[in-house]
Amino acid sequence: MSSEPTEVHHAEGEHGETMTRKKIVRVFLILLAITCVEFFIALYLVPNHHMPINVANPVYIVLTLLKAFYIVAFFMHLKFEKTAMVYTLIVPILFIIGLILVLTNESHHWITLRH
Amino acid sequence: MSAAVSQIDELKTTPWSGGRSPFNVEYGKMMMWFFLLSDAFTFSSLLIAYGALRFSAPTWPVPSLVFQSVPGTSIEHGAPLVFVGLMTFILILSSVTMVLAVEAGHRMAKKEVVGWMIATVIGGLMFLSCQALEWNHLHSEGFWWSAIPNAETLKEFFEGNVPLGQQQMTAHQFANLFFTITGFHGFHVFSGVIINIIITLNVLAGTYEKRGSYLMIEKVGLYWHFVDLVWVFVFTFFYLV
Repeated sequence: MSSEPTEVHHAEGEHGETMTRKKIVRVFLILLAITCVEFFIALYLVPNHHMPINVANPVYIVLTLLKAFYIVAFFMHLKFEKTAMVYTLIVPILFIIGLILVLTNESHHWITLRH
Repeated sequence: MSAAVSQIDELKTTPWSGGRSPFNVEYGKMMMWFFLLSDAFTFSSLLIAYGALRFSAPTWPVPSLVFQSVPGTSIEHGAPLVFVGLMTFILILSSVTMVLAVEAGHRMAKKEVVGWMIATVIGGLMFLSCQALEWNHLHSEGFWWSAIPNAETLKEFFEGNVPLGQQQMTAHQFANLFFTITGFHGFHVFSGVIINIIITLNVLAGTYEKRGSYLMIEKVGLYWHFVDLVWVFVFTFFYLV
């Protein structure tokens, strides 16, 4: 047990793939830029009819997933973990897609039930 | 007898042949990840329930009309997303100070770790204060769990001619979902702040210096980034879409 943490750090050092300050600032700027793009769409493009709302919504979702990727991969360091660890955490998340499909499908059915 | 070991008895040294962690992650950190995985399921269930109810609703309160004030100032109208933009910025910034604390921990720089941890705690408290203002503002308009504003106020939150019955039904759903989901998230932020304070005190007491590793900072860091991650989704689905 006592030797384990040092081993972990040793392994990280070997690849030289930890977060340096430079990388941290870069990821922060990326997250900030994506948020600014979202604001630009919500405050300028959509109200001035440059972009219809049914185009804007999927764009928001893609941008959100992009932000989620940067947070999980770099801030939470998952990109630098062992591949087996990455799959152990990412594969169960795929079940959520199933729940989304089931409930969006069901909610369309509820609309017809209401009428 | 020959001393050579037959091939089948040879000790395997591949990652999955036992005797060591194939994930190469310390126990506590792995358990934090698994906890966060389960928490991700809880939050996605809440958000997907929100999505299902909103999809099936004939209309919905328009986010840019509901959230167009800046609570705590005199701006009551015409500033959609400004306040929540500030909240998002605060939370992302506190996530950055958290990674900087982790990075300082790798270098065993105790003073820097303390500084960044205090910055993270302040960021968390600022976010919670903003959320308190936001909740207070909605509450003053008449929103609360299964409570909605009167018909006069309510019609300001809808575009076009929506029958009052539909307005009331969807406003009820909106209020319940908004307070439940942002409340559950705010509770996570609150417990994150408490955990961060405890860890900061431990750093000050020299616990991790004695232990020889600031791994604990990474573990609470994971939790803190997760809180930020959830906010990214809450922000999109309540304020943008």
